[in-house]
Amino acid sequence: MFPASFDYRVAESIDEAISLYQSADGEARYLAGGHSLIPAMKLRLARPSRLIDIRPIEQLRYIRVGDDGAVHIGSLTTHAEIAASDVIAQHAPLLAQAAKVIGDVQVRNMGTIGGSLAHNDPGADYPAAVLALEATITVQGPNGTRRIAAADFLKDMYETALEPGEIIVDVAVPSYSGWKSTYVKFFHPASRYAVVGVAILANADGNQVQDIRIAYNGVASCAFRDTAAENVLKGTTVTDTAIAEAANAALNGVDALSDHFASAEFRKHIGRVYLKRALQGLFAG
Amino acid sequence: MTTYVGKPVRRVEDHRFITGRGRYVDDIKLPGMVYAYIVRSPYAHAKIVSIDTSQASTAPGVIAVLTGKDLEADGIGGLPCGWQVNFRDGTQMKEPRHPVIAVDKVRHVGEPVAVIIAETREQAKDAAELLTIEYEELPAVVDPQKAVEDGAPLVHDDAPRNLAFDWEIGDKAKTEAAFQEADRIVELELENQRLVPNAIEPRAAIGDYNPGTDHTTLYTTSQNPHLIRLLLCAFVMGLPEHKVRVVSPDVGGGFGSKIFHYNEEVIVTWAARKLKRPVKWTAERSESFVSDRHGRDHRTKVQLALKNDGTFLGLKVQTYANLGAYLSTFAPAIPTYLYGTLLQGVYTTPAIYCEVYGVFTHTVPVDAYRGAGRPEATYLLERIVDLAARELNMDPADIRKKNFIPPFDGIEQPGYQTQVALQYDSGNYEAALNRLLEMANYSEWRRKQQELRSQGRYIGLGLAAYIEACGIAPSAVVGALGARAGLYDSATVRVHPTGKVSVYVGVHAHGQGHETTFAQIVADKLGIALEDVEIVHGDTAEIPFGMGTYGSRSLAVGGSAMVRALDKILEKATKIAAHLLEAPESDLEFREGKWYVKGTEKSISFPEVALAAYVPHNYPPDLEPGLEAESFYDPKNFTFPFGAHLAVVEVDPETGEVKLLDYYAVDDFGNVVNPLVVEGQVHGGIVQGVGQALYEEARYDENGQLLTGTFLEYAMPRADEFPMFKVDHTVTPCPHNPLGAKGAGETGTIAATAAVANAVADALQPFGVKHVPMPMTPQRVWTAIQASQQVS
Repeated sequence: MFPASFDYRVAESIDEAISLYQSADGEARYLAGGHSLIPAMKLRLARPSRLIDIRPIEQLRYIRVGDDGAVHIGSLTTHAEIAASDVIAQHAPLLAQAAKVIGDVQVRNMGTIGGSLAHNDPGADYPAAVLALEATITVQGPNGTRRIAAADFLKDMYETALEPGEIIVDVAVPSYSGWKSTYVKFFHPASRYAVVGVAILANADGNQVQDIRIAYNGVASCAFRDTAAENVLKGTTVTDTAIAEAANAALNGVDALSDHFASAEFRKHIGRVYLKRALQGLFAG
Repeated sequence: MTTYVGKPVRRVEDHRFITGRGRYVDDIKLPGMVYAYIVRSPYAHAKIVSIDTSQASTAPGVIAVLTGKDLEADGIGGLPCGWQVNFRDGTQMKEPRHPVIAVDKVRHVGEPVAVIIAETREQAKDAAELLTIEYEELPAVVDPQKAVEDGAPLVHDDAPRNLAFDWEIGDKAKTEAAFQEADRIVELELENQRLVPNAIEPRAAIGDYNPGTDHTTLYTTSQNPHLIRLLLCAFVMGLPEHKVRVVSPDVGGGFGSKIFHYNEEVIVTWAARKLKRPVKWTAERSESFVSDRHGRDHRTKVQLALKNDGTFLGLKVQTYANLGAYLSTFAPAIPTYLYGTLLQGVYTTPAIYCEVYGVFTHTVPVDAYRGAGRPEATYLLERIVDLAARELNMDPADIRKKNFIPPFDGIEQPGYQTQVALQYDSGNYEAALNRLLEMANYSEWRRKQQELRSQGRYIGLGLAAYIEACGIAPSAVVGALGARAGLYDSATVRVHPTGKVSVYVGVHAHGQGHETTFAQIVADKLGIALEDVEIVHGDTAEIPFGMGTYGSRSLAVGGSAMVRALDKILEKATKIAAHLLEAPESDLEFREGKWYVKGTEKSISFPEVALAAYVPHNYPPDLEPGLEAESFYDPKNFTFPFGAHLAVVEVDPETGEVKLLDYYAVDDFGNVVNPLVVEGQVHGGIVQGVGQALYEEARYDENGQLLTGTFLEYAMPRADEFPMFKVDHTVTPCPHNPLGAKGAGETGTIAATAAVANAVADALQPFGVKHVPMPMTPQRVWTAIQASQQVS
């Protein structure tokens, strides 16, 4: 397995990366963790003429609380770093819960949050989490810097709001200190991508729910918030009946993916069962 | 007296492997070497209308673009099949030409269509994209049952109904009669799904030709270099065997897939001779999926006739075996003589009849894969036995005990003659099951199962009592059954003047640990240290003609050859020792590496005798100098390891997820040389068997495209899916080989698939689910529950 030939360049700064992008003949791609891009290149499904390695850009590798009170995560932060971060554990544990179940140890040590979001694989684990967390994604490109809400950023299967030459630089998550959260995943035994992933984030006093966000990845071509399920529970007291109602309300009308491992019907079934169980776990006591 | 045999000696070869010092085919770089890239068919069935090589041949670095027509013009033949299985009516097996490179038609996705040779492998692959091949796509058939229907697309025009052969074994009339008198008949239709072997090292080959000496060398990832040389020289290329050397160096796993003579071995040898430069080809993983021979792929209907007390009366089996597009080297033997002959299992079933249809389809050729026929036989037998137990409301352990063949050691009691041709050598099946039930605390698990069911949790216990035929094989027997090769093996023991020993063996190690286990036997036998012995294998220029490693034959057959050669060494060495000690041979005793004159401390050591053999100044007058001996060993029978495994699973009925909670294995391999190596074999085998039960599947769509052609879709078992296994042994020695050893390489795979399948069915008994097709993915389990709920 080896890719078509390409020009390999290393960028030391964001500006250098962008200028390398602009000066490329043909298609240039940024290389971060490489866990989606390199296999695609080896299969020759992707054949960039230039690969710009942005991994040396240290300024994109951080986790900190900003002046705005939000948690800021540099795009080159690895899944393993997110899974282990105290800051994230305090303010946005949902992100760590998702990061912990990405791929395997090697993938988590190499893969980055920016790379994963830019790729927007339907089976990736971060998309549901950033939708539930209402994260803001900052990108930088030839035309300057843009801040994009996660819901606007994730467009469709392998499709995002990124314009040519733009790099994700920062993922900002408001602090949800004190909220309950969980991410549960039914994964494919070969790829370990999510066949169904459910992220839940709830502001609740015991079983009294003020606000709740439920987002899925894996089920459909792009991650999405399931507002019908959220509405069943928002502002109510969670009971077994309410959980069952929410699970029944979930995924209705969703155009689910289908393959021989999991049909659309089965994916939705699993999506509802996993939601039910995740809610039961979250409001167990 | 043993210092090494029976001890868990750590593998001496591991240091080399884990420090990256192994030397695999792809590690070999020869001066002036160029690289082959093989352009493969994207279609399952198509006419090749035209191949335009003009652009590719002028691409940077390209030395040659070769097609099937070039190969035929050079007089290269098709790939031979090594086993002939005829039709029941005596008609010869249909054996269509198996082209090395397709000429007018392609018959499976992945079939070679052209070869690009370039200075680098990247250039070769890039140039391949410039090759213009015009295909005319034709309808394909992938399912062996559909392939025999009227009007199905034909894979080969000269094989009507896509049949290569149909075959039967057993007594049909007797079996029909048994079914007439039965209290009940239990039946099941099952699929033993197709698997991709997926050895960790992809296949690779290098052709090298020296025009000065007219010598040709083929380096290849093979389990049996001499067989490859024979087939390549005598059947495909017409080369003189004494001018051809085949080297199979370190090989990273085979599981059967590296037994066969492959297209690429011919391609690199031919190209190297043509271009007078070494030519290397290394499979990309995606190529492995569509060019390594696949395994299994049976559709079977099985019926068991029995009395209401659980006594088996008769067994009927009908199988459609998918052979793929061409007959691979041993393909016809796998679903016949390595399958139908195992249907006696460990039971006294008095009447058995089995018929098998060998079917061509537009898929990758199918051949031996770890277990090869025996897992298929064990799966259907153990599934139908479990189903019978359920219908009779008997415990699965009890119905097995009721039907076990009684113990026999093959010495005091004769071997057991089955209804399906084989004679088992020795066995004590109930002892293995009893040990298993005790080790696993089976009754406690049953109690726990009931308790958990009342809490809405569903665990299942799955037993598999298996037998396998290995140590293949008596040459005359397999010859009578259609084998076109003998299945003896060989060893040369060369004692060096200092008493160090090199042993050249015809069998081949590609993960089995022969360099350790064979050395243990040598060291004990000669009374020398383990590090004074080296086991050499894999190079036809060094080793005697041997048949290689597969079918768990290395120790039972190759090891026996080595023991015979060691006996010859000791016989001669004793003569030398007697001369030097000035005592008659009858007065000597050999222990711990020294010959003693009985009753005295007067002795001479093995190295001293070795030196005398090479510096024969004071030497027996009629004895030749030197200390070297060779032996060829043709086994008297197969060996028949057996055992019983228990899988414990928990099934989540709401999602269909299956978790393997615990796994127990009791195996009987006869005498064990190295329990650590054997335990490793058992562990690996279990994982592979569970892989088939729960995860793995080579799945084609109806157009013959492989849907599971990468590791993103083809699920291999992973360490985190497994509990620690609990394994133990019983010991019933093989009565007919000098080591008393049976084979240990395949039993885990043979037993585990059936055990896990039985466990899942057992867990789902409260839902009325009789059977879940493999791999038992969550969706399949859930669907089975849904279907059953709708019925009830």
